[in-house]
Amino acid sequence: MFGYYLDLALRSFKRNRTLTALMVLALGLGIGASITTLTVLKLLSGDPLPQKSARIFAPQIDPLPSASSTRADQVWRNWGNLMTWTDAMNLLHAHRAERQAVMALSPMKITPQALDQHPFFSDGVITTSDFFGMFDAAFQYGSGWSAQDDENRAQVVVIAGFLNDKLFGGKNSVGRTLRVNDKDFRIVGVLKPWAPQPRFYAVSLGGRGYGNGDAVFVPLETGVAAQWNTQNVNCFDTGVDINHLTTAPCSWVSLWVELRSASDAGAYKTFLSNYVAQQISLGRMHHPEVNLPNLMGYLAQQRVVPNDAKLQANLAFGFLLICVVNTVGLLLAKCLRRSREIGVRRALGATRKAIFAQFMVESGMVGIAGGVLGLVFTELGLWAIRHQPAEYAKLAHLDPSMFIATFVVALVASLIAGLLPAWRACVVAPAPQLKSV
Amino acid sequence: MQIQPILAALKKHKIPAFLIVLEIALACAVLCNTVFMIGQRISEIHLPNAIDEAGVSVINVNGIDPKTANADIPRDLDALRQIPGVTAAAAFNMFPLGNNSWNTDVGTSPDSLFAKDSPNIAEYMFTKGGPEAIGMRLLEGRFFTDEEYAGSKLGDNYLPTSHVVVVTQSLAQRLWPGESALGKRVWIGQQQNYTVVGVVANVLRPGQNGGGIGHFYWAMFLPVSPAAGIQNYVVRSAPQARDRVLRDSVAKLEALSPSVVVKGQAFTEIRNKFFADARSMVWMLVLVCVVMLAVTAFGIVGLTSFWVGQRRRQIGIRRAVGATRAHILQYFQTENFLLSTAGVVIGMVLAFGINLYLMQHYQLNRLPWYYLPASAIALWLLGQLAVLGPALRAANVPPVVATRDA
Repeated sequence: MFGYYLDLALRSFKRNRTLTALMVLALGLGIGASITTLTVLKLLSGDPLPQKSARIFAPQIDPLPSASSTRADQVWRNWGNLMTWTDAMNLLHAHRAERQAVMALSPMKITPQALDQHPFFSDGVITTSDFFGMFDAAFQYGSGWSAQDDENRAQVVVIAGFLNDKLFGGKNSVGRTLRVNDKDFRIVGVLKPWAPQPRFYAVSLGGRGYGNGDAVFVPLETGVAAQWNTQNVNCFDTGVDINHLTTAPCSWVSLWVELRSASDAGAYKTFLSNYVAQQISLGRMHHPEVNLPNLMGYLAQQRVVPNDAKLQANLAFGFLLICVVNTVGLLLAKCLRRSREIGVRRALGATRKAIFAQFMVESGMVGIAGGVLGLVFTELGLWAIRHQPAEYAKLAHLDPSMFIATFVVALVASLIAGLLPAWRACVVAPAPQLKSV
Repeated sequence: MQIQPILAALKKHKIPAFLIVLEIALACAVLCNTVFMIGQRISEIHLPNAIDEAGVSVINVNGIDPKTANADIPRDLDALRQIPGVTAAAAFNMFPLGNNSWNTDVGTSPDSLFAKDSPNIAEYMFTKGGPEAIGMRLLEGRFFTDEEYAGSKLGDNYLPTSHVVVVTQSLAQRLWPGESALGKRVWIGQQQNYTVVGVVANVLRPGQNGGGIGHFYWAMFLPVSPAAGIQNYVVRSAPQARDRVLRDSVAKLEALSPSVVVKGQAFTEIRNKFFADARSMVWMLVLVCVVMLAVTAFGIVGLTSFWVGQRRRQIGIRRAVGATRAHILQYFQTENFLLSTAGVVIGMVLAFGINLYLMQHYQLNRLPWYYLPASAIALWLLGQLAVLGPALRAANVPPVVATRDA
């Protein structure tokens, strides 16, 4: 029966080529727009560390002076998990989590050894030894540095694979020297390609969210001792001395912790509260509120998905809705025009159910054709997005799940669009139709 | 033209009529809000900026030795001024629409640091000749004297030790509404304050600071003597000489200090890059609008054509009993007008609702009322245009059809 309906549908399409083409085109455009914007949204709201993001947390405390009337959640939204040096170091050295690392971003000047090459700036991170293990950054050559190196302010550096390719032609460069900010560092490790999207740990540090990741990693204490500039410094009280940031009333480093399981968050939060209470009794802090969002919660709090992307997705679905209404109208027009054919089929014994099925098959076919066309429009749309200036633009590609989603959306949209016309078709009374023949 | 028979006929075709109304309503609602968003983006892209945008280039030097910066910067500036075509040059801590921004909360009294209404503003600092180099326009008061530049060191708290400041017109109005800003004091924290000596036409801030278009102009300007951190050279020339001046400047600086990373950009390029996202959003919105209107129009054409086909016989009868072609044409046009009107009324309510939702979730502004009638007229016209083809075909139905079997 299904085959027969398919045949009938094809015949009907042939009879009204323009109308059919219009329906498929409208549906294709709507689906193309929706899937394109959905792909971008999915890219932007993706999980940068899917294997363990539920166990990674960003502790947040409120360091503002007592006179401040800013609410703690406002502070966290603006500053993320930025902390003062003192708080970050206290929490780091408490070792209450499975792993913990403190970090800041610092643009670093790299001077190539070849004399004819100009020095250039690279995105750099100053951090502590747990960084690589906690964030699953795997090594191509060598390894990270030790906690001992952190203490000793060792002149060691870990570099990203792409920097190793650029400077050393991709060969094992462990043990060689890299000149960073006019000082010599020994390379201890080279990372495999590692670029979480978005670069969550950089969000509150003033870094870019997407792209190929950081190039240079140096022990935190080494960079701080050399007074390297850090990207984002938020000072909240008088008496700031920018040359002694470790004692200044400024938030400029961030702390991330990895817990053994997500259920340990309660215990860590209690520890955090106790720490703040203790600091309040010492007179260092004034606001007892603490917060411990996990990685995805943190990204939601920081609103990493730009409003423009959400607006575009809303608009695309509004557009799809218009296209579906349009398809309903055209399908209805087509099926009402065939009242006589329906009458004949009914008179020859077709049940209402059979008529309904026949028209649903027809709209389903419009849907599949619309889906194929929608796929073309999606690829076109994504191609256009890849040529946009936004930093995430280059990552916009159709993945298998969105490929399937295209057809699901197309089929669902067309079947919904087909319901009304199919229902109108199956209630057609055969007798009056036959009379006029 | 009588409306009664049209309404009677529409009653017989409730579902197709309802579909047309729905389609027009949705299109109207989406059109209103999209055009509004387009308008907002365009006004953002064209935000005025009272500097010599066409003649200014910015050259950033990164990686200079902080210890020798106070000697290197005047040397660099002297070298830049000697390039033919350069009319002025100065060092800035940051520049309008740049990535790097220095901001602070300010108040009009010593206790206002954490007051709810203390605005966060951009703090520009520049060396001698800064106003001429960037081309600022003085509205009131004066710029800084040579002594004020020379006596102002960049302190450890990243604030200059001077006691004078120039503010933008917008900031002056924000801090002292209805009063002259000259002689007033801007406080940063409890200890530091600066006396306003001049007011300039609005200059844009670096980066985006959220909070709406009004905040784009909250900035103050402070004199400072050369120091590490004041590392953006602003070079001014005639617009036609700018590209060559920029090339020469970069080459000269690279030759002067080979270990420094030099990056030069014309200001027009900075502005273009800054608004690139907004511009592509505008194009995307325009594209969606056009395609959406086209889809709506084709939907109307399709449904009306079907309608006309179905009613060939009735049309023939009307023609046979004396209706002219014009009557038939008018009939379909009026019918479409009625449907469009219903659609537009529903659409305007819907548009208002969507706007409320967007205001709540995306910090959009309220839709000005005139967008509603404007898009209503647009959809009326679109409907009339779409119906014209099928209506003409209907008008061409010969009266003889009435005598034939359908």
